[in-house]
Amino acid sequence: MNVSPAERSNNARAKRAAAPSGQSNAGSTTSILEEEAVKSGPDLRAAAARRERLLRIILPVVILTAAILGWEAMVRIKEIPHYILPAPSLILETLVKDWAVLSVSLVKTLEITFAALAVAVAGGVGLAVLFTQSKWIEISFFPFAVILQVTPIIAIAPLILIYVDTIPVALLICAWIVAFFPILSNTTLGLNSADHNLRNLFQLYGATRWQTLRYLRLPAAMPYFLGGLKIAGGLALIGAIVAEFAAGSAGRGAGLAYRILESGYRLNIPRMFAALLLISVTGILIFLTFSLLSHLMLRKWHESAIKREN
Amino acid sequence: MANSMTGPDAEQGSGASTVVSLRHVSKRFSNGTLALQDMSLDIEKGDFVSLLGPSGCGKSTALRIIAGLGDTTEGQVHWPDGKPERGDIGFVFQEPTLMPWANVYDNVWLPRRLDGESRAAVTEEVTETLEMVGLGGFAKSYPRELSGGMKMRVSIARALVTKPKILLMDEPFAALDEITRFKLNDDLLHLWEAHHWTVVFVTHSVFESVYLSNRIVVMAARPGRVAEQLGNNAPHPRGEGFRTSEEYAHLCRTASEALHSALYQPEMPEDEIA
Ligand SMILES: Nc1ncnc2c1ncn2[C@@H]1O[C@H](COP(=O)(O)OP(=O)(O)OP(=O)(O)O)[C@@H](O)[C@H]1O
Ligand SMILES: [Mg+2]
Repeated sequence: MNVSPAERSNNARAKRAAAPSGQSNAGSTTSILEEEAVKSGPDLRAAAARRERLLRIILPVVILTAAILGWEAMVRIKEIPHYILPAPSLILETLVKDWAVLSVSLVKTLEITFAALAVAVAGGVGLAVLFTQSKWIEISFFPFAVILQVTPIIAIAPLILIYVDTIPVALLICAWIVAFFPILSNTTLGLNSADHNLRNLFQLYGATRWQTLRYLRLPAAMPYFLGGLKIAGGLALIGAIVAEFAAGSAGRGAGLAYRILESGYRLNIPRMFAALLLISVTGILIFLTFSLLSHLMLRKWHESAIKREN
Repeated sequence: MANSMTGPDAEQGSGASTVVSLRHVSKRFSNGTLALQDMSLDIEKGDFVSLLGPSGCGKSTALRIIAGLGDTTEGQVHWPDGKPERGDIGFVFQEPTLMPWANVYDNVWLPRRLDGESRAAVTEEVTETLEMVGLGGFAKSYPRELSGGMKMRVSIARALVTKPKILLMDEPFAALDEITRFKLNDDLLHLWEAHHWTVVFVTHSVFESVYLSNRIVVMAARPGRVAEQLGNNAPHPRGEGFRTSEEYAHLCRTASEALHSALYQPEMPEDEIA
């Protein structure tokens, strides 16, 4: 009755703060409890942070390893023939054994992916800048971008392969079409999201268009652009692979997708899996690289990358 | 109500040189809102003028028109000494409005940078300005690492770094707690006492306007217009003593009454320029 509200909430906080230490072995503390622990002292707080960081790494690794071991065990116990489902160990073996062939294909695919991404970045950012300079340009050309985006690449790829003589260029165009749109739309959004008062400030100081772009709009667009880049990186790889499939089915090409097709014809399933593994790993690496880049570029100021201490 | 305080600009002696005047300015937004009607106002050199009025009475609109951000529908803004050039006007928004991707130094450098000056060329002035607003050691900090009051100081430093002829402030301290606001009021006043800038300060706080300014322009709403002008001759330097003085209380009461009667003024434009 005569406990003041402030005291009461202090009691509640003390109780909640006590909880994590009691449960720490269970490893099932919720983040709310950990936040309370943060308030209750440096030791607890450091311990909680360390535990969370460790779990973040250990948990996915353990689950993934378990899945792979389960796969291996199943193949061995049930004696599944390798042309139906190869064991992970065999896939790794094949990867090493066929590395000479596969690595050449990997390089080919990577070349197409990154060339397409580079062109998509240049074109996407360039067009986004044009769009923000004049709404008439935007109104005139945006429909084209949308049309390119909504038409399935697998449906246009054969056409492009007919029109364009050099295979690498055709592949590049296909990958570019897929990677281009997220960059364009994200960057356009970012360029337009610069704070209104800051724009007024630039106007007040008589900033030129170029200055406003360089010092205000482009930095403001950076987080959006980097978000688009993360998506586009993965899409460029997908675009390159899809185009290789289309080209490969016509009997040409040497990328990873072609290796998959070829292995399929020869019923070399382990090599098929090895090529698949390479594609996945490449995609993951591309994503991680751009995530890291994004983090490095934004960590000083942007909400998404900053570690805020309360 | 009667103008019970003495006329403006007695404080600054020589007075009479006008920096900028609004002449019968009206502003209608494209959605039909009549934000200002027939507003006339002279800002004298060295004045510290407060625009005091209820929310929505057009204070920000008036300030932006003075700054040249937005056209008038009728009337003009007259600059007797010629149109302001780049950097002649310093503007402080209600929010700090800093570039989050740039550190304190670069934010303050911005107006000079837009004028084509390199980072190195203005080091001395930027540092000096930062010290003036009490942020000497924070040049390398990012806006996120600063408190609300410190961000506001950066914003003020940025407005001052071009040595503007006139400083326009739009409720700069409205979002801050009372203690911080008093502190920033004191600091701003001391700077003004030392440098005698010309300041137009928008506020909806009677106390703030009385404490800071030597002229209070009370505005009425719908449509926005000048309802009354009050001079404030309380001597400088002002400080805690002034805030607790009989004179301060009296001035606050007068300004309050003026504001109150402006609130209930009939919706008809009227020129009450002294
Ligand atoms: N861009 C705009 N478009 C249309 N109407 C506007 C615009 N800006 C302001 N107004 C209107 O003009 C009137 C005056 O607005 P203003 O922002 O100048 O008021 P204020 O006195 O600064 O108010 P506050 O103290 O709340 O900031 C308001 O009725 C507002 O709705
Ligand atoms: Mg306002």
